[in-house]
Amino acid sequence: MSLRGAAVRVGGRTLWSGVDLEVGAGEFAAVLGPNGVGKSTLIKVALGLLPITAGEVRVLGEAPGRAGHRIGYLPQRRNVDPSLRIRGIDVVRMGLDGDRWGVPLPLPVRFSARRRAARDRIAEVIDLVGASAYAHRPIGECSGGQQQRLLIAQALVRGPELLLLDEPLDSLDLSHQGAVAALIGRICREEGVSVVMVAHDVNPILPWLDQVLYLAEGGAAAGPPREVITTETLSRLYGTPVEVLRTGHGRLVVVGGGHRAAGGGGHGHHPELG
Amino acid sequence: MSVFRAFDHPYFTHALLAGTGIAAAAGLVGYFLVLRAQVFTGDALGHVAFTGALAALALGYDLRLGLFVATVVFAVLIGALGRRGRSDDVAIGSVFAWILGLGAFFLTLYSTRGAAHGTAGVNVLFGSIFGLSAGQARTAALVAAAICAVVALLARPLLFASVDEAVAAARGVPVRTLGLVFLVLVGACAAEATQAVGSLLLLGLLAAPAGAAHRLTARPHHALALSAGLAVAEMWAGLGLSYAAPRLPPSFAILAVATAVYLATLLTVRPRRDHTVTSEEERDDVPTPSRL
Repeated sequence: MSLRGAAVRVGGRTLWSGVDLEVGAGEFAAVLGPNGVGKSTLIKVALGLLPITAGEVRVLGEAPGRAGHRIGYLPQRRNVDPSLRIRGIDVVRMGLDGDRWGVPLPLPVRFSARRRAARDRIAEVIDLVGASAYAHRPIGECSGGQQQRLLIAQALVRGPELLLLDEPLDSLDLSHQGAVAALIGRICREEGVSVVMVAHDVNPILPWLDQVLYLAEGGAAAGPPREVITTETLSRLYGTPVEVLRTGHGRLVVVGGGHRAAGGGGHGHHPELG
Repeated sequence: MSVFRAFDHPYFTHALLAGTGIAAAAGLVGYFLVLRAQVFTGDALGHVAFTGALAALALGYDLRLGLFVATVVFAVLIGALGRRGRSDDVAIGSVFAWILGLGAFFLTLYSTRGAAHGTAGVNVLFGSIFGLSAGQARTAALVAAAICAVVALLARPLLFASVDEAVAAARGVPVRTLGLVFLVLVGACAAEATQAVGSLLLLGLLAAPAGAAHRLTARPHHALALSAGLAVAEMWAGLGLSYAAPRLPPSFAILAVATAVYLATLLTVRPRRDHTVTSEEERDDVPTPSRL
């Protein structure tokens, strides 16, 4: 996926402009920045749901929206409705054939090679995300972390080349954030799937990151995390002094420079981590 | 057996034919209504059905024409008022009482025209399934079969769009169009069900079997079939009861059976909502080193 000089307007307001990002095959990229800066909008642009006003966007070598079947998408969400009486495995299955018309015929699986292949593929991705123990329970009764794993399986079931994840760790508590981040990092490394992930907090995914795109109202900066999440770059982006601290465990803490106008900068990274 | 003599009466076989189709359609449509949390839409359409039927009678047209035009047009209107093809409570609530008042107006207009017209309101409100002619029953069954066929055709993408709208849209499922088509189906189904159990009671036929199916199984396609099967079985049981005990009006008998079945699932099937159970399992949520 690549963006060159991309800009987008929503409701007459330019959200971001001059965004350059190059995510190669099998790379893990994070989109960071304060709330309301248009991080999710970037995902929508990549899906072809929203046009850009300047620059160029290519997704898997094609115009956005053309490679839908090669992309796995996990939208931003809160937890699933607890009363939803549909099994996790059925939700995963929707990712495979949910867009096909008609109902599956109630024939025994052994009469259809395609049904067998579908069943095996679903079992495979559920095993990959470690959700086999609860995939047969109604998804509404699963915990937030379990739901997120099942939804990642849904996004993976067609074997996508690119995963677009919108704050997948947001609804999880800290221990599950680490586990789900590790899962996504492992999928990226071992399955060779490119990942573009909108994140509120960079620390859980920091060990796996190849690229960071930092969006702020003043502009955007992209590159390896060590080059982007620095006092100099972020101070320039926010247009106000911002300090990036590194804890003993290598975690990053961004502290606003005493100026309230720096706004969301301090929210991005939780100092309680580490 | 006196029950078998029921089939000698044309009115009973007509009711059985129409009732079976209507129940199957209501069961299928009802499953998605419950899934999409749009049961209230069914209720609103019941009021519209009453007004549409009486408007047609007052203006001298076939009652069924008024039923279908009113429910389908309002289903589309509700979808257009509510954002993204999903109707919302305010949109429905704001038109709902006014529609019923309009129904009362048409009822007065119609019943003051002749003494024989006095029962029209009662028939529309509470249904008159034993009063269907052979032609009416056949039409009702054919329309119901068409509704069932369309639901079956749309089932998978509609399920996807109902559970996971954003992902379905990204996958190319036309979620907005599907939502509107589904509301048209609900409208047609409401018009059908009005002929069987009446506009006031059709909600029970849409909600009770579907609610029971949702509680009985978490497999969506099984639940869809079960919802239709339960609705048909409840329809048969209700018609049989009403035949055996003529004091019981058929719409009462049908809904009594449907409600009893739903209550039974409510009391016997307890979906686990206990999250303290899951917190224990969450500990092995953290991947083991072998998986990494």
